[in-house]
Amino acid sequence: MIEVNNLTKRFHDFVAVDDISFNINEGEIFAFLGPNGAGKSTTIKMLTTLLQPTGGKIILDGHDPVHQPDLARRSFGIVFQDPSLDDELTAWENMDLHGVLYDVPDKLRKERAEQLLKFVDLWERKDSLVKEFSGGMKRRLEIARGLLHHPKIIFLDEPTIGLDPQTRNLMWTYLKELNKNEGTTIFFTTHYMAEAEKIAQRIAIIDHGKIIATGTSEELKSQTKTNSLEEAFLALTGNTIREETANASDRMRLARRSWRR
Amino acid sequence: MKKIYFLWLRQIKRYLRSRSRIIGSLGQPLLFLLALGYGFGSVFQKAGEGNYLNFLAPGIIGMSIIFTAIFTGIEIIWDRQFGFLKEMMVAPMSRISIMIGRTLGGATVATAQGLIVLLISLLFGFHPYNWFLIIASIPVMFVIALLFTALGTMIASFLDDMQGFQLIMNFLVMPLFFLSGALFPLQGLPKVLSIIAQLDPLSYGIDALRDLLIGASFYGLSFDILILSSVTLIFLFLGSYFFKKIQI
Repeated sequence: MIEVNNLTKRFHDFVAVDDISFNINEGEIFAFLGPNGAGKSTTIKMLTTLLQPTGGKIILDGHDPVHQPDLARRSFGIVFQDPSLDDELTAWENMDLHGVLYDVPDKLRKERAEQLLKFVDLWERKDSLVKEFSGGMKRRLEIARGLLHHPKIIFLDEPTIGLDPQTRNLMWTYLKELNKNEGTTIFFTTHYMAEAEKIAQRIAIIDHGKIIATGTSEELKSQTKTNSLEEAFLALTGNTIREETANASDRMRLARRSWRR
Repeated sequence: MKKIYFLWLRQIKRYLRSRSRIIGSLGQPLLFLLALGYGFGSVFQKAGEGNYLNFLAPGIIGMSIIFTAIFTGIEIIWDRQFGFLKEMMVAPMSRISIMIGRTLGGATVATAQGLIVLLISLLFGFHPYNWFLIIASIPVMFVIALLFTALGTMIASFLDDMQGFQLIMNFLVMPLFFLSGALFPLQGLPKVLSIIAQLDPLSYGIDALRDLLIGASFYGLSFDILILSSVTLIFLFLGSYFFKKIQI
């Protein structure tokens, strides 16, 4: 379902993603782990057509995001790490606009929007402007919106940040059901190792732009002779705390400045 | 088509919901009409140029259009900061459709703003020479609005945040407005100023509005429309080119 071969992204002279390759099968739940600044978000951005790779090849559901962006975009849904809602629109309008952008037919769009808003417990607030929402409510809306068009692949970039255990559970229950009933492929990143251990069928660990280990959580544990995924993760990536020198847009700024010169 | 319509609708909703912005952006045109329109009225009259408020009103309409249009174009920066741009960028639609939806929405908002100023200037004593031509002036306002929304979009693709906004206001929007002949007649200008005015697309917009609203123009209506529509096409093209290059 997702094939990545020798994918590389360079910003100026900083290599964010360094020649990584992996395959994800249809219907698989795949966790992509790594310390801050390891290249997780940059990889997701390349997979979801937001960034052009410097080198390598990606195939999403048979389509190349670089050359056939629209076909590739149709195959996935994404819940971003940081907010991407329109604050000046209501919850309902955000859902509805999303459905329209993804060609969900009118009737189905309204049904699903209602069902999902009820599911994330925002139905009573559907006509409130998003700017009046709390952080957690925005997060829930964002997740509901990403699921509206029932994509074949769902990317979730640290989806459970700022969610209480109740909502987190609810969300994963829904996603697992979707995975079971519709065969949706799920690709997610997280810093909660327990979550990855519980949910993911397969895990890849990325550090300094390179994939340093891939396998089931059992395999990673036996490979590192540790008892938990958290220990395995630390054994593989070390204990030093990473300074995220700059986020992607800062790097972009840098790149642009050098281009202007 | 439906997607473009919904993106257009989004701009309209945002506009209608920000009442403070609508009212706030009317302050400046009001002040100009009051201070300049009445203040210079008698001097203008004595110079034999007729009613200054009548001359000024199309210029002030043009002013509110260019300010609103550039601002709505630049708003893409906000969409980027608040993240909604990402949501649009990963949706299965071409960048061109996003650009078209946004630009049409922004241009509609700017045209509405221009019409509101037109109504206000009527209260101030502006009298168009032919009421029916007000209708004809609406498409002209819309083309001016399109042109500058596209320009705003183009600028937004170069800027990373709103901090550059002041720079754009002082070194681009203000000169475009002040040197366009919005406030003074284009006849008998010093050579340099006259050349600058000829390079300023807004002067053709305001000249066209003057032709339709007060029946006086410098370049002639058909020449105005020709220049205005060609520049708009070029800017729309450039705007979509640069919009396509935005990476998040």
